[in-house]
Amino acid sequence: MTDAPSPLEIHDLTVSYQRKPVLYGIDLVVGEGSLVGVIGPNGGGKSTLIKSIMGMIPHNGGWVKIFGKPPGKSCSRVGYVPQRESVDWDFPVSVLDVVLMGRYNHAGWFRRLGKKDRRIACECLEKVNMLPFADRQIGKLSGGQQQRVFLARALAQESDLYLMDEPFAGVDAVTEKAIIEVLRELKSQGKSLVVVHHDLSTAREYFDQLVLLNMRLIAVGKVEDTFTRDLLQKTYGGRLTIFTEVADQSAGIREYDKERRSVSSME
Amino acid sequence: MNAIYSNPIPVRGWSIPLVPFALGCIALFALPAHGEQIGGTNDGLLERSLRFLSLSDGSVRMVVMGTLLMGFGCGIMGGHIVTRRLSLFGDTLSHAVLPGVAVGFLWSQSKDSWAILIGATLAGFLGVALISMIRKTTRIRQDSALGLVLSGFYAFGICMLTRIQKMEFGNQSGIDKYLFGQVVGLSESDLWTMLLSCALILLLTVFLYKEMLVTGFDSDFARSIGLPVEFLQYLLWLLLAFSVITSLQVVGVVLVSALLVIPAATASLMTEKMDRLLFCSALLGCAAGVIGSFISFLGSHLPTGPLIVLVSAAFFLVTLLFHPRTGLLPQWLSSRDRDRRILRENTLKAAYQELEAMDFKQEIVPVSQLASRRRISMPQAYREVESLVTKKFVTIHSPPGDASPSLQPVMLSLTPKGWETACRIVRNHRLWELYLTNEARYAPDHVHEDAEKIEHVLGEETVRRIERILSNPRRDPHGKLIPSQQDIERGFVA
Repeated sequence: MTDAPSPLEIHDLTVSYQRKPVLYGIDLVVGEGSLVGVIGPNGGGKSTLIKSIMGMIPHNGGWVKIFGKPPGKSCSRVGYVPQRESVDWDFPVSVLDVVLMGRYNHAGWFRRLGKKDRRIACECLEKVNMLPFADRQIGKLSGGQQQRVFLARALAQESDLYLMDEPFAGVDAVTEKAIIEVLRELKSQGKSLVVVHHDLSTAREYFDQLVLLNMRLIAVGKVEDTFTRDLLQKTYGGRLTIFTEVADQSAGIREYDKERRSVSSME
Repeated sequence: MNAIYSNPIPVRGWSIPLVPFALGCIALFALPAHGEQIGGTNDGLLERSLRFLSLSDGSVRMVVMGTLLMGFGCGIMGGHIVTRRLSLFGDTLSHAVLPGVAVGFLWSQSKDSWAILIGATLAGFLGVALISMIRKTTRIRQDSALGLVLSGFYAFGICMLTRIQKMEFGNQSGIDKYLFGQVVGLSESDLWTMLLSCALILLLTVFLYKEMLVTGFDSDFARSIGLPVEFLQYLLWLLLAFSVITSLQVVGVVLVSALLVIPAATASLMTEKMDRLLFCSALLGCAAGVIGSFISFLGSHLPTGPLIVLVSAAFFLVTLLFHPRTGLLPQWLSSRDRDRRILRENTLKAAYQELEAMDFKQEIVPVSQLASRRRISMPQAYREVESLVTKKFVTIHSPPGDASPSLQPVMLSLTPKGWETACRIVRNHRLWELYLTNEARYAPDHVHEDAEKIEHVLGEETVRRIERILSNPRRDPHGKLIPSQQDIERGFVA
């Protein structure tokens, strides 16, 4: 181990929505050049984990460090791929406009994007085979194509740590292969990727580390050690019902309310 | 896949502008007493137009400046909020500022534009804060919260304004103009507040263009790259409030939202790029402002505010109907042209098939056989043959021995142009059938229906590719000859 701070370190992270706890005491360290899959049942807190790492959702306890700094201080080193449903696809932007958004944090406030940014954006589109669509309005693409554009935008960010929320949701097999190729290429360049995934049948093949999540951390580690019948049963099975019930009851307790601020985005 | 491409118009709810349109009509006919036209003299129409267009009159200059600035500010802010699906927010804000107008008036004891701007902005922010508080702390959804704040604040504002009018200094103040608008009442300081608000809006749009773009499209991503999304949102509210408040006196509380929504909705019919949309929207706003006040100046007893809204709505209707790419009329025309072309091509194809049935031994085809092959009535067949004649695809022959040429064509032969088109269609049909059977593994009896449609849309380039894939085939799945390029170029040889 070198002295360089690891890309992502989470200690005792606790998050709750409207007083109801969603994540409990998560500990996680992601090393350089690792491709980590986050799996778990619906409502198990996968997206919440990603969003609270990004600092979009306030947490009630614990801390997150990205390259040794709190999340807000290292934005330029983190790339984020949100869920496809989270944006308005009728918005008047073209494919190229969206990919150029990945260059915004390089340009800084008030500045316009330069030729270099444009070139990088086109290269990233080329990598996901979407360059022919550069001028098309973003809503006039199929779901898989939209996901590729999101990936191209993340590539354009040239980050060291990538957080992706279900990049494989609703894409066809060809796109899925194309996306995983890009992810592996990033990994081979020494970047770290944390990817929320919902498909158990491919999880084993795609990732080299897995995080099993169901409100709390069930297991974390190499695929061989974590993708076991017992642990998966524990993640998806009904053993945790008591845990969930107690969490529901505790929703009334004021304690989780200390830092409650706006959870959903202001509209 | 098709569903994604089927809707070329990105505008959301284009019926929204129709509501202000209707309101404008009502205001025009039911409330002429509240509006005010600019020039009250009895000059002729020409004299009046000259007086307006030469801008020699000081009050005309004020009006033109005011409506231009208003159209610009509302156009750009409208572009921002319409693309963010916040049209109703503009409406709510315009009503919510009314108590602030009254407070500003009470504070300054006169119609001071700066006091009113500050008071109204504060009231607007109170309204916005209330909406987000209702949404966060209760189960009431956004649309209901908007309705609550809109009507509550509006009612409160009207009560206050009525009260003020009963006071001694409120009598001659013209504060009631905020309800229905009166462009003549514009003072120089009103223009200055408008100019300030427009300048700020321009600064926001130019210097924070990419920040506004990313927060509008994908606020989660904007947060992830460290942008202060909430701050930018409040900045947007602030400027929206400014442009609404400065427009209030021109068009009144009820119609302000029309100036926000209609130009932006019109612009979103025209383009799918944000920068162009904002530009078009601002331009449409300015044009509607000036033209509306011009018409009001010409006519007698026509109120300016509603006229501006009506002109704006007219722009929308014209765009909706006639825009070359998204307009309903051009779309209808092009689909009618396509349908006619398909009919012609089908008749030419039938002629080819008749010739083929006679082994190309003669070049004349009786119209009756065309009709029976296409399963259409004789009058219909005559009509189609006539349209082919006008387009010079066929020539008509009288049967030998018939001295008096009858009114109806009886026999026809293909011109070189007609032969070429007929060959292409038949080739497309048979190639596509072969492609479906050989490459897509369709059963031979399943391919005809599909080929009937595809034959009209296959381009030459696609044809070349299919020919390459099938290695230049001669016969279709039913054993019929596919017309080759030589057949097409050689022309018909009996």
